[in-house]
Amino acid sequence: MPPLAIRAYTATTALGTGRDAQAAALRARRGGLRQNDFGAAAPDGRLDTWIGRVDGLETLPLPARWAQWECRNNRLAWLALQQDRILDAVAALRERHGAGRVAIVLGTSTSSIGATEEAYARLGGNGGGEAPDEKLFPVDLRRPCVHTPHSLGGFVQAATGLHGPCITVATACSSSAKVFAQAARLVHAGIVDAALVGGVDTLCGSVLYGFASLGLVSATPCRPFDVARDGLSLGEAGGFAVLERASPGNATPQLRGYGESSDAHHMSTPHPEGLGARIAMQQALQRADVAAGKVGYLNLHGTATPANDAIEARAVAALFPDTLHASSTKGWTGHTLGAAGIVESVFALIALEDGLLPGTLNSAAADPACGPQVRFDNAERPLRYAMNNSFGFGGNNCSLLFEAGA
Amino acid sequence: MNRPDLTASIEGIGFWADGLPSWPAACAFAAAGALPESAPARPSPQLLAPNERRRAPDTVALALEVALAACTAAGRDPAALPSVFASTHGDLGITDYMCATLAGEPRAISPTRFHNSVHNAAAGYWTIGAGCHAPSTAISSFDASFAQGLLEALVQLATGAEAVLLAAYDGHATGPLAAVSSSSGLLGAALVLARAPRPGTPRLRATLVDAAAPPPRGPLAARLLGNAMAPMLPLFQALASGHDLVFLHAGPSRTLRVEIADA
Repeated sequence: MPPLAIRAYTATTALGTGRDAQAAALRARRGGLRQNDFGAAAPDGRLDTWIGRVDGLETLPLPARWAQWECRNNRLAWLALQQDRILDAVAALRERHGAGRVAIVLGTSTSSIGATEEAYARLGGNGGGEAPDEKLFPVDLRRPCVHTPHSLGGFVQAATGLHGPCITVATACSSSAKVFAQAARLVHAGIVDAALVGGVDTLCGSVLYGFASLGLVSATPCRPFDVARDGLSLGEAGGFAVLERASPGNATPQLRGYGESSDAHHMSTPHPEGLGARIAMQQALQRADVAAGKVGYLNLHGTATPANDAIEARAVAALFPDTLHASSTKGWTGHTLGAAGIVESVFALIALEDGLLPGTLNSAAADPACGPQVRFDNAERPLRYAMNNSFGFGGNNCSLLFEAGA
Repeated sequence: MNRPDLTASIEGIGFWADGLPSWPAACAFAAAGALPESAPARPSPQLLAPNERRRAPDTVALALEVALAACTAAGRDPAALPSVFASTHGDLGITDYMCATLAGEPRAISPTRFHNSVHNAAAGYWTIGAGCHAPSTAISSFDASFAQGLLEALVQLATGAEAVLLAAYDGHATGPLAAVSSSSGLLGAALVLARAPRPGTPRLRATLVDAAAPPPRGPLAARLLGNAMAPMLPLFQALASGHDLVFLHAGPSRTLRVEIADA
């Protein structure tokens, strides 16, 4: 496929705000997980788990002109949008192509369902002069635009003034990887000239208790690919990338390929042979016409659930030579769900630009099921190609291939 | 490159709404106001095993029903098609369940209902039921969800896919959420779209324009306007009654202009 230039990119996670905070924490092997302190404790206490929480969102309300979009998820979107000159890059695109020729494609799994959860926790509790009615949302949360998945896309559209197609992709944990694929198609079909892509997901009761109900949450900081791994740590994050049709001699990193597939196996368990994962990685390489042996770094999905990691490692070993440096960074950030695709694409771009290949945090004894590709230690060396895997519920897989700038 | 045209053949159509449980039923109603004598309260998607068919969330049953009907009408193997699932809200009933349970007894969340709460639940069950390894996506664009889903399907054709399945659906809001995110009844439709012309099938040409779309009109809209997926109805009203031009709401001040040429 014709490459897309990445004009700017950013991530905000439990590691801090913006790209350089991510790079510094990866380099120093300083993780962002903490014991669960999210939200009001239930009568029987909080879930015994570790989380990757973004500090300070409680004190960062949206500017008053966007009050109707107010919620934790859009606060994180706004915080992330203000980093790493993303808004400048968006303004430049608008200038170059016109607001209607720039798409917005954003991923999330639960969007601002935290606001809906809050409304249910405060039903009838704030009637604004009305008689209390236990079936009514509190007045301050009667805002339809936040109680729906497109809250994220709608807010970013309002905040950027872009006028191209605006879509929220919600395919669980592959969401903000698939946004690169959809944006690439919109550019290649000539519908737009550029796109703002990204993803935001925030901690909420639905995912904490939901993943716990499936028995997928660890009581310790997650240990991807460790023989004793026993589940994931949940995290929240927001990130963005500005994509534009590449010109010859492009100096910025590029999106070179994407691969998407379906496991056709189970809603919450990966295909036992990693078939969907393998198809996604192969297609990303084929679309870029790059041989597997040329990839220098692969950011794995690596959730630290027993099933995911063994299967993913097997799929990687079947495709790549032993020399590949592959790792999961979820020990640093937690699993940021619908934001994992953008966060870990940013980590792949940091690998390309800084020559920093993260290892895997918290893990000590490698699962013998893993091939030699899975690395626990950081490495530093220049590289040309980096890949990112993101796999989601429903067996929804996406792999992305990036190339360093010329 | 300005205003590129996107084209496709409509090889198959699926439709299901309360009281109108098939595309032929919708056509009869759109043309002459005729309602079937009886209609099931809920679709029974044959792609799922009988026990799964009963347990599937309403929106999953709806999406799989219309998707399979479109594939059958097109004579296409569901396993071979990439798919785009568009829904404004996903399953509002499950959102209501999740939020009510979290407010009362959070540790009692059902694991099955949690994994069914993802926006791509229908896409997941579809690919599992069909044995389909092709890409599948699930999107929302609020009241522009159908137009943006159609745009993505057409863009997939323009960038290499031979044929693609589009399924759009919304369900019934329940509980306190219903007063804020309103949607009533079940309404779903699906199209199998193909790049190459096929004799006997209508051809569609779409262009994204700067304009506000007129509100949906006609018998289908009059009957089904309460459902959040109603913005798609102008296309199905036109297909049912042989009109050749429709405007679909595609976002704030954006419209997908769709011309339909009969085969």
